Amino acid sequence: MSDTVEAPTRVGAPNIRRTSGVDTAAGDARKRRTSWTPAWVAYLQAAPMALVFFLFFVLPLIATLVVSFWNYTEYSIEPAFVLSNYHDVFYGCVAKFPGLCTTFATYLSTLKFVAIVWATTLLIGFTVAYFLAFHIRTLPMQIALFMVCTIPFWTSNVIRMISWIPLLGRNGLVNDLLLSLGIVDTPVEWLLYSDFAVALALVHLYTLFMVVPIFNSMMRIDRSLIEAAYDAGASGWQTLTNVIIPLVKPGILIGSIFVVTIVTGDYLTIGIMGGQQIASVGKTIQTQINFLQFPIAAANAIVLLAVVLVTIWGMLRLVDIRKEL
Amino acid sequence: MAAKPVPREEKRPRSFYALSAFFALFVVFLYGPVVTILTLSFQGPNGGLTFPMNGVSLYWFERLWSGRGTVDIGTAFSRSLILGLVVMALTVVISVLAGLAFRKRFAGSTALFYVAIASLIVPSIVVSLGIALEFRIIDDLFRPLLSSIGLVSRRGNSLGLFTSGLGAHLSWTLPFGLLIMFAVFNRLDKSFEEAARDLGASNWQSFRFVVLPMIAPYLIGIALFGFTLSWDEIARSSQTMGSTNTLPLELAALTTTVTTPDIYALGTSVTAVSFTVIFTTLAAFIILQKRRQRRSLPD
Repeated sequence: MSDTVEAPTRVGAPNIRRTSGVDTAAGDARKRRTSWTPAWVAYLQAAPMALVFFLFFVLPLIATLVVSFWNYTEYSIEPAFVLSNYHDVFYGCVAKFPGLCTTFATYLSTLKFVAIVWATTLLIGFTVAYFLAFHIRTLPMQIALFMVCTIPFWTSNVIRMISWIPLLGRNGLVNDLLLSLGIVDTPVEWLLYSDFAVALALVHLYTLFMVVPIFNSMMRIDRSLIEAAYDAGASGWQTLTNVIIPLVKPGILIGSIFVVTIVTGDYLTIGIMGGQQIASVGKTIQTQINFLQFPIAAANAIVLLAVVLVTIWGMLRLVDIRKEL
Repeated sequence: MAAKPVPREEKRPRSFYALSAFFALFVVFLYGPVVTILTLSFQGPNGGLTFPMNGVSLYWFERLWSGRGTVDIGTAFSRSLILGLVVMALTVVISVLAGLAFRKRFAGSTALFYVAIASLIVPSIVVSLGIALEFRIIDDLFRPLLSSIGLVSRRGNSLGLFTSGLGAHLSWTLPFGLLIMFAVFNRLDKSFEEAARDLGASNWQSFRFVVLPMIAPYLIGIALFGFTLSWDEIARSSQTMGSTNTLPLELAALTTTVTTPDIYALGTSVTAVSFTVIFTTLAAFIILQKRRQRRSLPD
C-alpha cells in the first residue's frame, strides 16, 4: 500500500474514506467528472459482471425456488406446484411441539455453533485488530503484521482443518502432553471429531473475517478523538468503551455478518471436524442431493436462505450500517 | 486494554506487552497446526499420521507424485491450476470493467452492488445446488432441440469445469474483486485524469497511461484473490463440477478414507502452490509500488 493512499488513514481524516463504495462513487461523480465517455459505455462495462451474477447467482436461486415446489418420486422429478417438500422439511414440527423436530434440532445445533464461534471470533478479532491499529506505531509494521494474519486466508480450508488431526487425535500431541504431565490417565476422546473440534476449527478458519473489518474501522478513527478523551480524563477502559467501540460498530457488524452467515451455511467443517456425525443444514442438503432428491434439497436450501436473510436483516436493524459508514 | 500510546511517549504501556503476547499466541494458533502437517508430510516410509516422526524422507511425496499412492492427483492438480488461472484472469478483467462502470452513474448500479454482496453472503451450498439445478433444467429444455440439429449429443449434461464450475467460482471471486475496485477507485485522486483530459488525452489514453499504471498494484491483489479463492474453493464446486473433480474436492473426499501421510504430502503440495502464488504476488506488488514511488518522487 502506498504512502499516498494510506496517508489519510494515518491522519485519520474522517471524511475522506467514510465510504460505502456505491454511494460515494455516485456522489463524487456528480460533483466531479472523471469520465467523458458516453453514458452507454457504463452499461457495456458493467455488463460482464451483471451477466455472470445473473447466470450464476440470480437464475440459480430462482431455479432453486421453482424446483422446491416440484414433485419427486424414487425415479423422477417432475414440474408441479406442491407444498409437500416444505411439509416434509417441517415434518413433525407442530405435532411434536414443544419437542424438537429434526429440522428445528438441526438449526438449534447450528445456532449453538454460531453463538460460540461468533463470540470467540469477535473477542479474538477485536483484540488483534486493536493491537494492530493502536499499539503498532509504524505503517510498514502494521502492514507486515496484518499480512501475517491474512496469509492463512489464502490457503486451503480443508488443509487447515486436517492439520488439527495430528494435534487433537487420540495419539495426538495434546493427548501426549496431557498424559506425560499426568493430567489425564487415558487419552481425551472429545478433542477430535466433536463439537469442540468443530468450534475450534471454525474459529481458526474465520477469525480473520472479524479482524479485517474491525481493523479497517479502527484505522479510520480520528486519533485526535482518542487524545481528546484522555485529555478529558477518560481512563483507557472508558476510552475503549465510550469512544472506540461505538466507532468500530460498522466493522464489528460486517465481521459478524460474515461469521454468522458462514457458520450457518457450513457443512464442510462440521462434516470433517465432527467426524460426519454432527448434523447441519448444509449437510442435510448435501445428503439429499446425493440421493438425487432435488426438490426437498431445494426446499431446505430456500429455508436456509430465508433464515440467513432474516438474520442479516435483524443484525442490520441493530446497527444502521448506512448511518455508521 | 488500556492506554493508547501518545506519540511523544517513548515508554510502552503495560497493556502493550499483554497484547503483544496475545497477538503472538494468535499467530501460533493460526500457523501452528499447518506447521505440524508440513512437518509430518516428511515422515519416513513407516511413519503414521501422528507424531513421533519415524525418520525423515520424501517418500510420501514421491509416492504421491508418481501416482503409486492411494491417490492419483495429477489430473485434479492441473485441472485446478488451469481453472484457477482462468478464474484469475476473468476476475481481474470483469472487476476492472465493473469498477470503471461504478464510477459513472448507470441505472441498476445499486441493484448490481447488492447482488454482488448477496453472492458473497448466501451460503455456498445453496448457490452450488442452484447452479446444478439451473443446468439440469437448461439441459432438459434445450438439449433435445440442440441435438436434433446435431449441435450436442442427445445424452450427457452441460455441467462441467468450464461451464457451471467456472461460473460458480466467478460468483465467489467477483464480489471480492468489485470491493477491492471500490476501495481503489475511492482513493484515486481524480486530478490526474482531469489533467490528462486537459492535456488532450483521449478516454482510452487517459485509462491506459494514467489510470491503469496507478491501479496496477491493486490489480495484482485482485489476481491473488481470484486465483487463491478458486484454487481452494470447495463448497460452490461441490455440485457444479459435473463428473470432474477439483483438487480441494479430492482432498476433502480423502479426509474420510486415507490413513497414511499421503494426505499430508498432498496438503503440503497444495499449500506450496498457495504460498508460491501469495509471495510472488506480494513481491510483485512491492516492486511495482517501489518503482512507482521512485518515478513519482522528484529529486
